[in-house]
Amino acid sequence: MPDVLLSIRGLSTYFYTYAGVVKALDGVDLEIYKGETLGLVGETGCGKSVTALSIMRLVPNPPGRIVSGQILFEGGDLLEKSEEEMRKIRGAKISMVFQDPMTYINPVLTIGDQISEVILLHQDLRKEVLAMKIEELRRKLEKVDPTSGTARDFKSKIEELEKKKIDAPKPSKSDVKKAALKKTIENLKLVRMPYPDRVVKQYPHELSGGMRQRAMIAMALSCGPSLLIADEATTALDVTIQAQILQLLNELKKEIGASILIITHDLGIVAEMCDRVGVMYAGVVVEYTGTKALFKKPLHPYTQGLLRSIPKLHKEMERLEIIPGSVPNLIYPPPGCRFHPRCPYVMEICKKERPAMFKPEEGHFVACYLYGQRGN
Amino acid sequence: MRRTISQHGGFQARISRLREDMKPQMKELGFTIYLLRQSPLVVIGFGLTTAFILMAILAPSIAPYGPEERLPYEAQQPPSWKHLLGTDAYGGDILSRIIWASRIDLSMAMTVVVIAVMMGAVIGAVSGFLGGKVDETMMRITDVFLAFPALILAMVIAAALGRNLNNLTIALTIVWWPPYARIIRGTVLSEREKLYVEAARAVGAGTRRIIFRHVLPNSIYPLLVNATLDLGGVILTAAGLSFIGFGAGAGVAEWGLMVADGRNYLYSSPWIVTFPGLAILLSSLALNLVGDGLRDVLDPRLRR
Amino acid sequence: MRMRDYVIRRLLLLIPVLLGVTLIAFTLSHVIGDPVAAYVTEKTPDWQVEQIKRAHHLDQPLYVQYFYYLADLLRGDWGLSRAANDRPVIEVIGEFFPATLELTTVAIAFSLALGIPFGIISAVRKDKPVDHGTRVFALTGVSMPIFWLGLLLQYIFFYEFKVAGLPSLPSGSRVDEFVILEHPLQRITGLYLVDSLLTGNTVVFFDSLTHLIMPGFCLSYVTLALIMRMMRSSMLEVLRQDYITLARSKGLSERVVIYKHALKNAMIPTVTVTGLAFGGLLAGAVLTETVFSWPGVGRWSTSAILRTDFAAIMGFTILVAVVYVTVNLVVDVLYAALDPRIRYG
Repeated sequence: MPDVLLSIRGLSTYFYTYAGVVKALDGVDLEIYKGETLGLVGETGCGKSVTALSIMRLVPNPPGRIVSGQILFEGGDLLEKSEEEMRKIRGAKISMVFQDPMTYINPVLTIGDQISEVILLHQDLRKEVLAMKIEELRRKLEKVDPTSGTARDFKSKIEELEKKKIDAPKPSKSDVKKAALKKTIENLKLVRMPYPDRVVKQYPHELSGGMRQRAMIAMALSCGPSLLIADEATTALDVTIQAQILQLLNELKKEIGASILIITHDLGIVAEMCDRVGVMYAGVVVEYTGTKALFKKPLHPYTQGLLRSIPKLHKEMERLEIIPGSVPNLIYPPPGCRFHPRCPYVMEICKKERPAMFKPEEGHFVACYLYGQRGN
Repeated sequence: MRRTISQHGGFQARISRLREDMKPQMKELGFTIYLLRQSPLVVIGFGLTTAFILMAILAPSIAPYGPEERLPYEAQQPPSWKHLLGTDAYGGDILSRIIWASRIDLSMAMTVVVIAVMMGAVIGAVSGFLGGKVDETMMRITDVFLAFPALILAMVIAAALGRNLNNLTIALTIVWWPPYARIIRGTVLSEREKLYVEAARAVGAGTRRIIFRHVLPNSIYPLLVNATLDLGGVILTAAGLSFIGFGAGAGVAEWGLMVADGRNYLYSSPWIVTFPGLAILLSSLALNLVGDGLRDVLDPRLRR
Repeated sequence: MRMRDYVIRRLLLLIPVLLGVTLIAFTLSHVIGDPVAAYVTEKTPDWQVEQIKRAHHLDQPLYVQYFYYLADLLRGDWGLSRAANDRPVIEVIGEFFPATLELTTVAIAFSLALGIPFGIISAVRKDKPVDHGTRVFALTGVSMPIFWLGLLLQYIFFYEFKVAGLPSLPSGSRVDEFVILEHPLQRITGLYLVDSLLTGNTVVFFDSLTHLIMPGFCLSYVTLALIMRMMRSSMLEVLRQDYITLARSKGLSERVVIYKHALKNAMIPTVTVTGLAFGGLLAGAVLTETVFSWPGVGRWSTSAILRTDFAAIMGFTILVAVVYVTVNLVVDVLYAALDPRIRYG
């Protein structure tokens, strides 16, 4: 049994608006394992982003509210934590990369500033400062005649500092800033940003879209989170840049060892990046399993419809396949299974009661009465 | 091609065409009123404004005394049952004079704003739509006007024309239209690039029709908000200018002038200054509340 | 392009604007009446009028006149002001302008010091009591007739306080005559607060300070309200932006989100509004100075217009335009300092 990093149970998030109560999430169940890349796929409006915001507890308070459920992470329920505890988690243990690097980066602050602030906030840089100082002294030592008195001074200073490593003193603000800057540049190198020394001093409008997205990824990764949520992280980019960013994420997966939750509407990205996939429809998760299994043998009628509607190059077709009907209004969602009005296999029970998650195969979960009966 | 009913000319057909066009706008109007009702301040504003308008219209019926009526034996009297707000230095009943003055101040504000908006809208729309040299010249002219604070410019013009109420109205109108020209021009410039203008042209609509029937209605919202807020602004400026001596001639019932008259008696009979000033404050406040409410409600981003 | 280049470029653009203003004043004087009226008084004998006419080249063609007019301006000969006892306009401005400057500066300082924090608090605690209170205050601010406020302030803080035996604020002018007689103030800049500090004249310093409180507050009221509202609305606007969500997702405290991420962005429109409000301040100065008998440019301009004092009208027209344009420049520079996107291009 793989280790579960984050477990979402029965999450419901509603939005209270003038037109009515929008039940954006209505009992979402999901699990993310350690070290895996999980995809969350679905049409626009199905609740993928709301799920991400709910995990981070960043749902805009009027009009949204997390109504019920549990999000278990590192032995605690995120929904029970205080705001202050959440702040320690955000950016440090769970971080997020958003869709549009143009609007999501603050235009009046430098890139370096926006990355450093995360580092400065969550990390205790005492050891780094010490290491920096030792490094500086060592460099000075090299330039000086090794037999001179100054050299001896330097050497003794270095010894002194090395001893302090165990219990490093509180460094000055400027030293901390310098250490943070160093780490920032390292992070930028990690995301393969060209000319990181220059970028650090630049403002967002001076960078291209791809570079901005890399900067956002750097911000999210700077403190080594266990979970990285990428919410449509490549949707706003050109196709070629998209490919670059996806490749970057793939490489980073191995380098940083974090779990990644990729939220997207693009099945192609899912196929390329994800170990497992969850399919969402109208605020609930309808199927989740390994990527290969999903593509080879989709069980839920909605998933089947999705995959069927992708135009295939190897078959001759006269018309594109569609899923008849349209996405339901979430203020008045259909009773029972939310997909039933459009389902070709609809049964009586589908209209009355929502199906639970059934497990017809190992590791493959479907919320559909075709694979189980109520009570199973 | 067979003509449908709505394509016929004639009064009936035009009404039904209007109704079809209106339906989504009616829904919006309903939504607007709902939102407006939500804020207590806005409701108060509407109420106050209505009160003032009624006061102005019904002045002859509700004012206990005439506007120029003087009772020299009862001068400088504090508020009493006979004179609810007291009397001024010449024996005029302050309550009555305030009521009479509302006619002057409110009608001046209405005149100034309405004319300024119309002038500004036409000039701005034409300027923005035609562009080129016309636009350039117009903008330079408005720049000159905008380089001076309203009060000071109005002061100079009023002095040049002669110091009476009518000239004050003219002066204020001259000062007030340039900002509207600017606003409308801005809106027109952005609307001009939008596709529906091209579509209208493709159907054969001429320039004038496009400006008046398509572009201007879409620019109404910022106009409406600014116009309402400006009503309050004009009242304040007119009162201020009258206070210094540029508006109403001596003895006329006008709020600003009443305050100026009472200045010498500030310490002995403070009510002479207090109540007219209060009238200015409340009328301006009422209009600002309404304007504010409209602005909050009509902002398309806030509506969703 | 860095800040320095931006500032230089804007300064250079000032020149044609200023020239335009002088042109306007010049045309004004020819349109309203006889331009020589600016340089003569009622007492000047007729023969001298002819001499003065020739001295100012008023018998020459227009473009020559304009040239000499500019030269006169630069030399400091702006004519004589009837409204100020026929003193040279330049001298009058030199005396009255610092008074207005002092008053206006106090008013702006007051508006910013109160307006910005309250605007922020109002936005952050939207729809709570603080917000409602601030909004009501701001609403009365833009609806307030300044002259009436001034009179009311005088009544309460001068008259009623005196009657009640409380220490009262003076009702007008910049200093108490007796104080200034006993502790004469050396004139360096014309700004009483500055001069008294520089010369160590503490008595006059405190006296001028008390004299500045009421008119300063009165003048600041409208601008204070405007700044409060602008800060509130731009703060609300900024707090809705995506980058604020990102900032929160980093785990930053709400305080940092507001004061580091939001504020800088929200200040931008506020700076613009302050610059625009400056025009209102000049207008308000006219009214305030009248009510408080403040010896400033505002009060002078009123009497000048009432008496058709040519030189004065031209003089303060140019003055107002110069000040206004300078303020706009300062605003633009501040804008560029706050928003890095403006500096580049």
